[in-house]
Amino acid sequence: MSRILVTEERCKGCLLCTTVCPVSIIRQSERINQQGYKVAEVGAEDMDKCTGCTSCATICPDMAIQVWRSKKTKKAA
Amino acid sequence: MPKAKSAPKAAPATKAAAAKPVMAKTVAPKVAAGEELVFTRPASLADRATHYCPGCHHGIAHRMVAELLDEMDLAGRTVAASSIGCSVFLYNYIQVDTVESPHGRAPAVATGIKRARPDTFVFSYQGDGDLASIGMAEIMHAANRGERLTVVFVNNTVYGMTGGQMAPTTLIGQKTTTCPGGRCKDREGSPIRMAEIIAQLGGTAFCARGSLDSVKNIRQAKKYMRQAFEAQTRGLGFGFVELLSGCPTNWRLSPVAANKRITEEMIPYFPLGVYKELEGDATCGSLVSTGAMAGGAAGESK
Amino acid sequence: MAGKNERIFVKGNEAIAMGALDAGCRCFFGYPITPQNDIPEFMSKAMPEVGGEFVQAESELAAANMLLGAGACGVRAMTSSSSPGMSLKQEAISYMAGSEIPGVIVNMNRGGPGLGDIGPSQGDYFQSTRGGGHGDYRLLVLAPSSAQEAYDMTHKAFDLAYAFRSPVLILGDAIIGQMKEPIVRRAATLADPAEGKEWRLEGTAAGLKANQKPRAHRIIKSLFLMDGELAGQNMKLQAKYDAWKDLVEFETFEVKDAELVVVAFGSIGRIAKNAVRVLRKQGKKVGLFRPKTLYPFPEKALAKLAREGKRFLTIEHNLGQMVEDVRLSVRRDADSELFCVYPGNMPSPDDFVAPILRALGRK
Repeated sequence: MSRILVTEERCKGCLLCTTVCPVSIIRQSERINQQGYKVAEVGAEDMDKCTGCTSCATICPDMAIQVWRSKKTKKAA
Repeated sequence: MPKAKSAPKAAPATKAAAAKPVMAKTVAPKVAAGEELVFTRPASLADRATHYCPGCHHGIAHRMVAELLDEMDLAGRTVAASSIGCSVFLYNYIQVDTVESPHGRAPAVATGIKRARPDTFVFSYQGDGDLASIGMAEIMHAANRGERLTVVFVNNTVYGMTGGQMAPTTLIGQKTTTCPGGRCKDREGSPIRMAEIIAQLGGTAFCARGSLDSVKNIRQAKKYMRQAFEAQTRGLGFGFVELLSGCPTNWRLSPVAANKRITEEMIPYFPLGVYKELEGDATCGSLVSTGAMAGGAAGESK
Repeated sequence: MAGKNERIFVKGNEAIAMGALDAGCRCFFGYPITPQNDIPEFMSKAMPEVGGEFVQAESELAAANMLLGAGACGVRAMTSSSSPGMSLKQEAISYMAGSEIPGVIVNMNRGGPGLGDIGPSQGDYFQSTRGGGHGDYRLLVLAPSSAQEAYDMTHKAFDLAYAFRSPVLILGDAIIGQMKEPIVRRAATLADPAEGKEWRLEGTAAGLKANQKPRAHRIIKSLFLMDGELAGQNMKLQAKYDAWKDLVEFETFEVKDAELVVVAFGSIGRIAKNAVRVLRKQGKKVGLFRPKTLYPFPEKALAKLAREGKRFLTIEHNLGQMVEDVRLSVRRDADSELFCVYPGNMPSPDDFVAPILRALGRK
C-alpha cells in the first residue's frame, strides 16, 4: 500500500498539496500546529487510495511530506 | 526590516527566521516490507523548519538544489555564495560551505571562490532584485566570462524580504508597495527577461527558464537545474536557470491563487524552456584546462 | 626576475605587485584606474606564470567582491585601485571586515574629491583609517614612503591579513606608485597550505579520505540577527583591533633634541625628511616623525614626545586629516600645527622649509 506521512509541525497549511493529488485524498484538518497553521492530512479511510505518485511532496515547499510506494504499485505503474 | 503586512502567519525572514528550529524533527523514515520510501528529505537539506511564508517556492528550489548536490555527489566539494533577500538564510537550510555576498554581488564572489579553488563546485542562489537590478553587472560579466559557476535565479517579481517593492521583473500593471497604481511601462520600464539575456552571452553554456507552479513544471525545472549544474561539472561554461516562483505574501494572494497567477500571468510573459545549450565534451582539454581559459566557446548553440 | 639580493630598478606600483607575488598571492582582481595600472598589468602576466588567477573585473565593486570570495576560501589574494575606485570597493571591504575575511587592498591615492586628478594626494586618510565603508570597523593601514617599503609592506600585509582574518590596506599615492627606484626582492615564498584551515571554505569533504565523514558546513557571514549576536561580533572585532596596537610602526629622524617635530606620512613624510635635513644643516632643531602604520596610529610614541616638551607640525597632502590623530595623541601636553598641501599641487622640500621655520619660530 502506498502512503504519505505529513510531518505536521512542518506543514504551513498552504494547501498546494491538496491541489495536485490525483485521487483528491489530501485535505485540511482542523488541527492547528505549534506554528499556528491548520495542517494537511489524509483521512485514515482514504489512505489506501494513495498512488504514491509523489506529486504532493514535490509541490510541498516545506519538506513536510514523505511518500512510501508499494512495490506492487510501482510494478503496475 | 522586512514587513509582513497581510497574509499568512510566518513573517518573511526576520529574527524568527534565524531563530532556533524548535520544531520536531522529521520522523525517521521507516520502510515496511513491500514498500519503498520514494520521497524524503535529501541529506544536504537541513532537518528544520524554514522561515519562508506558506506557499513560498524557495523551499521547493532549496530542496531541488540539495537533491542535485546529493544525486551528483557534489555536496562535499561545494562552496555556495548566498545573496541578499529572503534567501540570505540559504546556509541555514542547505548544508554546504557558504559565504554571504553583498546585494547583487554573488556572481563576483562566486568568481573569486571558483578562481581561488577551481576544484570546488560553486553556485549562487539569487532573487530577482538581487540579480536583475543591483547585481546586473555582476551576473552579465560572470556569464560572459564563462565562469564555471551555476546560478539559480528565483524570479517572483517582487522584493520579498523588504516588503514587496517593485522589482525589475514586476509585470506591467502589477501592484506593489512602490508602484501602488501598478507598474507602468512608460515610467518604470518593462519586466526584464533574464534567461533570454543570459542566453545571448558568449560564456553561457546552459540557460533555461523553468517554473515551480505545478508538479510537471517542477520536475522539468529540476531537469534544467541538473543541466545547469552539469555545465559547470563538465567544464563547459556558465550555467543559469531561472525559476518562476510565487510570493503569496507580497502578492496578497493565497498560495493556491499565487500558483495560478504564475500559470496564467507569468508564464505567458516569461516563456519556459531551454534558451541555450552548448554541446560540449568534458574531455576537450583546452576548454577545461584552467580557469584562466574561461570564455572559450565550447560549441555551437542549439 | 632578479636574483637574491640583487637590486632592481622598478616603479612603486611594480614593487607592490612583486611584494604580493613573493608573499604567495595567487589571485588578483583588478580594474583599470590611474595611477595604479602597473599593478594589474604586472599581475596579468605574473599570476598565470605561477598558476594563479588574474581577473580584470567588470568594476571595482566586482573586483573587491571577488577578493571577498577568494579570501573566504583562504587563498592569498589582492585587489588594487585608486581613490574613485576605492569608494566602490568599500562595500566589499565592510563585508570582509564584518565576516572576518582576509585580503590585501591597495589604494594609490589620487586627488579628489570626485574625479579630482591623477596626481598624488593623501585625501583618503580618513576613509582608510576610519574603516571607509558602513558600520564600525577598522583596517590595518600601512603607508609606504619608498618603493622598497612598498614591496616590504605588501609582503607583510598578507601575513597580517591571515594572522588577524582581516582586510589590510596599503595606502600609497601617485608619487609612490609612479616613482622608480631600486629595491631588493626576497626569495618568493608560498602560502602555508594549512593557512586558514580552521575556517576557510573548500567543501565539507575537502582533504578527507573516501570513508571519512564530512565535517559540518561552515558559514562565513556578517549578518547577525539573533539577540546579542551582533554585539558579540562587534566586541570580538574590537578585541582584535585592540590587539593591533602592538603592530604600530614609525620612523623617527633627528627627533632627540628637536624642539619641533614634523609629523608626516608616505610620500610627504619623505619630502618632509629632506626639508628637515636642509634645516638641520642650518642648525635648526627640527625632527621628523613618520607613521608607517596609520591604523593603528602611533599615539603612544607621539604622546611621549609631547611629554618631553616637543612641539608639533603636521604636514599632509590634504586639507588636514591625520592632524586630528596627532592632536588626539599629544593632547595632554601639546597641540599640533598644520600645513596642508592642497591636492592638485605637487610639493617639493623647499615648499616645507618656510612653514617649518614659521612653526619653529612660534612659541
